[in-house]
Amino acid sequence: MTTSSKDQAIVRVASGQGFWGDWLEAPRRQVEGGDVDYLMLDYLAEVTMSILQKQKERDPNMGYARDFVGAIESVLPAVAKRGVRVIANAGGVNPPACAAAIKAVAAKHNVSGDVRIGVITGDDLLPRIDELIAAGHALANMDTGEPLSTVRDRVLSANAYIGSVPIVEALKQNANIVITGRSTDTALTMAPLRYEFGWAADDWDHLAAGIIAGHIIECGAQCSGGNCLYDWQNVPDLANVGYPIVEAKADGTFVIVKHPNTGGRISIPSVSEQLVYEMGDPHSYITPDVVADFTSIHLADDGENRVRVFGIKGRPATDKLKVSIAYKAGFKAVGTLVYSWPDALPKAQLADRVLRERLKNLGLAFDAIVTEFVGVSATHGPLAGEAHDPPEVQLRFGVRGQDRAAVERFTRELAPLVLNGPPSVTGFAGGRPKVEEIVAYWPALIDKKVVQTKVEVI
Amino acid sequence: MDVRLLDIAHARSGDKGDTANVGVIALKPEWYPILAKYLTLDRVRDHFRGVITGGVERYELPNLKALNFLLHGALDGGGTLSLKTDAQGKVFSTAMLRLVLDVPDDEAKAVGLPGAKHWPAYTRSPKE
Repeated sequence: MTTSSKDQAIVRVASGQGFWGDWLEAPRRQVEGGDVDYLMLDYLAEVTMSILQKQKERDPNMGYARDFVGAIESVLPAVAKRGVRVIANAGGVNPPACAAAIKAVAAKHNVSGDVRIGVITGDDLLPRIDELIAAGHALANMDTGEPLSTVRDRVLSANAYIGSVPIVEALKQNANIVITGRSTDTALTMAPLRYEFGWAADDWDHLAAGIIAGHIIECGAQCSGGNCLYDWQNVPDLANVGYPIVEAKADGTFVIVKHPNTGGRISIPSVSEQLVYEMGDPHSYITPDVVADFTSIHLADDGENRVRVFGIKGRPATDKLKVSIAYKAGFKAVGTLVYSWPDALPKAQLADRVLRERLKNLGLAFDAIVTEFVGVSATHGPLAGEAHDPPEVQLRFGVRGQDRAAVERFTRELAPLVLNGPPSVTGFAGGRPKVEEIVAYWPALIDKKVVQTKVEVI
Repeated sequence: MDVRLLDIAHARSGDKGDTANVGVIALKPEWYPILAKYLTLDRVRDHFRGVITGGVERYELPNLKALNFLLHGALDGGGTLSLKTDAQGKVFSTAMLRLVLDVPDDEAKAVGLPGAKHWPAYTRSPKE
């Protein structure tokens, strides 16, 4: 905390990564650009866990977000010498291996004595699935209602979304780098606020405020001018975009800011866009710690690139945790060809018809075939209206099915069209489309009491 | 008066499984009541006919001058299953903004709504 009186004290949590693949420069810029107390790094999307599970099967020392190692290296002086603490869900399906890699980096830079890593485990339910099903936990798909037993033999990973409690515990044990597995994105921000301000487990309004602070900054620059539709032409200096920082107070109010001399823009419109991102029922944003009410959020301008957030209400948490399950769901391949003016669209449409007829004549069966005409209707469909003879149209053709051989055969049918289909075709230099195994997402719920998290500081 | 949503609102969209959500936010606070009154569930369902396969849900957030719509069956199965370019529903936001509202002249003038006397052919008029 940066001031002495607890009521007035401000805790600064900076967002340095909105997903695995986000800007490598961001973590270092966040700790070097000004005062921050915590650096929050979010690496996990819905299907990331299954990719990591596959990596772990190939090598038991893998299964975590490798980018995190470089991120820590880039912020190590701030962590080891200036007291900045890092919280990240980079552990994926193997938080201990991730911690070992960070230990090695600290040793390499001779700061082992200054790094205390909190490792949180217990979210991984894969080894327990059969035991759980046998005990009556159906792990039914939240969208379809089907029990998990219908895809049991194809399950690749299963992780409970865990909340702030183990992170708070790791901070109490003086960890300065906290590594979790499938923690919720929002808990990574709420936990340090809860720890610093001593918010109780039933302090619903304050916990909800911490969760909403987390939601605003969990996608990195997406609340500070990145991907911002509002007045996008005038968002300044995106090349130098500043990632967001929460300046929070014990009363649950906070201000979204960014470092001075950075680009982008923090405004009521930019924060509002992020608030509605991936929103379901705004009255009930359900997390392991609290149910937050997005209809209670108030925003106010607090000066240039500062938005104050207040008035947030929360309700008691449910007795369930969401479980993220990934399972094998067949194969897919997508290929493209580009047709040029004149009549680019009719040429691409003819190619589509020819291709479909050939696949049918080969007797190949697919669960789905999707054709898109990029440049005409790929993203807006019929809403895009009529195209007026555009300079080129990309034919994008995808198939999905259970039979790998059929999908493989499709990938051989695209290139021949270059010589034996409609004219004025190009854009095939990338070669044949690749067959991908589909790893699909199965959301489920489980009783909270079944999941026991464990905290170890090493 | 015909009013393009693009001229009175901004938007962001995202995904949850096979559902796209679109948050629509009034460009000026005084325009939110127009959105709340005329951007109805039926209007949005009509707009996305032939684009999505499931139903639509609508929520109001007067505190943010925003509406949130859930468009079910929007993403060809969603996530990794989807064969669509926009598998994560990232640009359903701009598809929503093509919508044109028919607002009574006096109500539109009272809050200074920008009217669209003519709009590009790629938007779908409520009269279609």
